[in-house]
Amino acid sequence: MGRLRRTMLYVPGNNAGMMADAMIYGADSIMFDLEDSISLKEKDAARHLVYQAVKNLDFGGVELVCRVNGLDSPYGENDIEAMVAAGIHVIRLPKTETVEDIRAVEQLIAKYEVKHNIEVGTVKMMAAIESALGIINAYSIATASNRLIGIAIGAEDYVTNLKTTRSASGVELLYARSQLLNAARAAGIAALDTVFSDVDDSEGFTKEVKLIKQLGFDGKSVINPRQIPIVHQVFKPTDSEISHAQAVIKASDEAEIKGLGVVSLNGKMIDKPIVERAQRIIELAKASR
Amino acid sequence: MKIIKPSIAGTLDSCDIQIRIEESVDQTNTIYLKSPVEKQFGEHIRSLIQNMLDKYALEGVLVHAVDKGALDCTIKARTESAIMRAMANENSVDWSVIAHG
Repeated sequence: MGRLRRTMLYVPGNNAGMMADAMIYGADSIMFDLEDSISLKEKDAARHLVYQAVKNLDFGGVELVCRVNGLDSPYGENDIEAMVAAGIHVIRLPKTETVEDIRAVEQLIAKYEVKHNIEVGTVKMMAAIESALGIINAYSIATASNRLIGIAIGAEDYVTNLKTTRSASGVELLYARSQLLNAARAAGIAALDTVFSDVDDSEGFTKEVKLIKQLGFDGKSVINPRQIPIVHQVFKPTDSEISHAQAVIKASDEAEIKGLGVVSLNGKMIDKPIVERAQRIIELAKASR
Repeated sequence: MKIIKPSIAGTLDSCDIQIRIEESVDQTNTIYLKSPVEKQFGEHIRSLIQNMLDKYALEGVLVHAVDKGALDCTIKARTESAIMRAMANENSVDWSVIAHG
């Protein structure tokens, strides 16, 4: 099983205090934002601040992601160079709609890896899909580059594009979430859900996290540290799930020693997908300790 | 080198530092610092700012720094942003030249 991405904490790139504290909340990934949360007059200062933070602060084993400005803005290329030079782990593209969007960013990342003596392919990519066209192209986007580690849905722009608004049930996002998730799984990469903007509505947030977990998402972008423990709690396996997963893995190990492909546990057939699910539960349980 | 306009970068929020740069009347550099930790870290903060001025070989500037408990990396970032703005170069930075630890 790869890296856990249950929570990706948004940190506005020009907020020095939030940047200094970002690592203490236990998010699986930290995403510095240079795009929508930064005013046009502060783009340069935010870029310097994130550059220095990534280069100098110790974030432990947390995955560091940066949402850069689009290449249709005067800031995108400069953001990409600064983040590659700083040693960011993942560059997140906003508003991805086509394969060409991915390829253009990938070429720039490679160009600046060469310039800064970093092995080509080191910096990974994530794509945020925030429009109807992007959702239609989700699979081709998800398979456009070997650097991609995940795709994410950006719901606010998407529902505006659909000419609707977000609702408590999330029914307007059902198609997009399902399409994005299916594309991510077909491509073998992570699927990340959108932010939940009302940080005071923990009941609504919990409901949405349960929904996206059941759909199959790896995790969710979060905009406030208070949302992190809620996501981790929802993704935490129950005691009975853990006991069952341990029994499945034990039975599977015994079957392998005996040279059997399929084995029975309490009268139920255990095969490869069930073992894979059990392994994921054990990994989640270890991460939730 | 000389700056071509006065500039400001950073905020007065907690954990940040605001750096204001303007032209001096002579060729010397002067740093004015206000900080709640001035007694303990004043010298260190001044040296971080001075190192950045030296990196760009700036002469004849006044730096007004109002610190709110910023980390070293924030002090470097805000000073550098203010310098680049003062040189009207904020969006054409060559990161390979300014890459620093």
